[in-house]
Amino acid sequence: MIHLENINKTYHNGAPLHVLKGINLDIEKGEFVSIMGASGSGKSTLLNILGILDNYDTGDYYLNDVLIKNLSETKSADYRNRMIGFIFQSFNLIPFKNAMENVALPLFYQNVSRKKRNVMAMEYLDRLGLKEWAQHMPNELSGGQKQRVAIARALIAQPQLILADEPTGALDSKTSVEVMNILKEVNGNGMTMIVVTHDPNVAARTNKIIHLKDGIIESIEINHHENDQI
Amino acid sequence: MIRFDIWQEIYSSLRRNKLRTFLTGFSVAWGIFILIVLLGAGNGLIHAFEEQSKDISVNTIQIYPGQTSKSYKGLKEGRNIYLDETDRHLSKQDFQKNITKVSATMTIGGSPTLTYGDDYVGAGVRGVYPNYRDVEPMTIGVGKGRFINELDIRDCRKVIVINERSRKVIFPKNDALGKDIKVGDIMYHVVGVYKDRGNEQNSTAYIPFTTAKAIYAKGDTIDNLILTTKGLNTEKANNDFEKSYRKVIAGHHKFDPDDKSGIWIWNRFTDYLQTLQTKNVLNTAIWVIGIFTLMSGIVGVSNIMLITVRERTKEFGIRKALGASPSSILWLVITESVFITTIFGYVGMVLGVAATEYMNFVAGNQTFSMGGDWHVTIFSNPTVDIHVAINATLTLIIAGTLAGLFPARKAVRIKPIEALQSE
Repeated sequence: MIHLENINKTYHNGAPLHVLKGINLDIEKGEFVSIMGASGSGKSTLLNILGILDNYDTGDYYLNDVLIKNLSETKSADYRNRMIGFIFQSFNLIPFKNAMENVALPLFYQNVSRKKRNVMAMEYLDRLGLKEWAQHMPNELSGGQKQRVAIARALIAQPQLILADEPTGALDSKTSVEVMNILKEVNGNGMTMIVVTHDPNVAARTNKIIHLKDGIIESIEINHHENDQI
Repeated sequence: MIRFDIWQEIYSSLRRNKLRTFLTGFSVAWGIFILIVLLGAGNGLIHAFEEQSKDISVNTIQIYPGQTSKSYKGLKEGRNIYLDETDRHLSKQDFQKNITKVSATMTIGGSPTLTYGDDYVGAGVRGVYPNYRDVEPMTIGVGKGRFINELDIRDCRKVIVINERSRKVIFPKNDALGKDIKVGDIMYHVVGVYKDRGNEQNSTAYIPFTTAKAIYAKGDTIDNLILTTKGLNTEKANNDFEKSYRKVIAGHHKFDPDDKSGIWIWNRFTDYLQTLQTKNVLNTAIWVIGIFTLMSGIVGVSNIMLITVRERTKEFGIRKALGASPSSILWLVITESVFITTIFGYVGMVLGVAATEYMNFVAGNQTFSMGGDWHVTIFSNPTVDIHVAINATLTLIIAGTLAGLFPARKAVRIKPIEALQSE
């Protein structure tokens, strides 16, 4: 599903910073992968490239056999909309929209009618146990609730890939476990999921851990946890 | 992505950002409001200006006697000059090229009273020619008779035109026409009733100049001369004419031709030129101020657009991550801005027009006494052409939007990841 070939990325803010130094990676459909590494290892950059939020300098990135390279903003927006769901550390909910409107937003950009997308948004909020909170504004929700709204928003467009950047970074340990349970469950339904984290406990819940160091893949660790509780 | 749904987006964004909406709207509404009120007030001044000079002929020159301010050929300064019949003849003879008619006025001495039956009223009585109306604005309504005419002059008729205010006193039943009234001891036939703009108590009654001269003349002194001119169409021609005229009269009365105070020349044309100039200056000033007001409105709108776009950069980043194309975000910003500026521009326009109408109601056509019998309209119809108001509003909307387009385009071009990281 994802095929990376010798991806290189350099930032030019003052002194050039070579962040990714030739990444080769394949991720199959339905995998639950975590990317770990120290800060500055390039893990967020990698995730942004995977999410078509950022571009890369050299190499090739295929998503669903489509070469993602030098796309126009409009085209990449379209791919993001249909293929990728995002979960951010800081939730990134729109502050002046209530939970339901936030969840429904990706469908707005698919030209789904308001009525239909609100019905669907309620459905997803219900699945995440937030039905009663649908009309609340983000600043009236707890961190865990916000992240669940963000997960619902990532899921509503039924993408093939979910990218989560430190999804538990702003949450306490108990809530983190809850959020990971949700992600695990979503993955259980066949969704490909990539999580960037520096938390070993979070990484331990995934099936494959990619260790990144100084812009190259140091090692790939396969997790076997059949007795994992969901 | 032009569809109805965008209004829902705009509505929710505006509803949740009331302060921003208000500030944008206020700067638009205020700009338009001030512009319209300003233009209205300016128009009021200009209209009043126009009205004041509208019923005065431009081709008349009045000559008033003065007092010498220079000694000349052994004659002392400070000598009073009196216009006389010779001046009249000189004007006729020597300036045939430029003067078509010479007429004069003569005020009856003493304080004559107009008497009808038991009613009487004090009034100045002045002998005039028909063209007196060219220099003294007055109206004679339908059914109110006529002014002194050429036949009255030729036959020295004993006819009189009285002021409406005098008429009210001596003819309370409004039946003055055709009646005979007494001025002092002499009977006059009332042929007209006029209205003027003044409201002085002692209103002048007019009789034919020839009659006045025949009955009341002491010597051949004349109050003033009224010259009807032709061919004096430039400032230079007028100045040249005035110079040579002064020279001729000075020769007759033996005062220095360069002595400006020997006679006073009141030229309506140079007056008119000045009025015209003042009007143009006023007009230009109003438009300059108006355009600057409009520009400050535009700057206000674009400034707020700039802040809005910066403030929303992160939101745009989120929208982009969720699949918003750059054009859809640009469209969102522009539509929102046009929507606000249109609504508030309209509000400002309506309030501005209402304010000018209120000004018109309160101060329109109000006259102010400038002392004595001089009454001046300083404000007349202080309103703005509705097309001007609409065009100004449209200009603000378009210019404000264009000004907002640049920061919006810049914001839209930021890579989504950078937009997401902005605070």
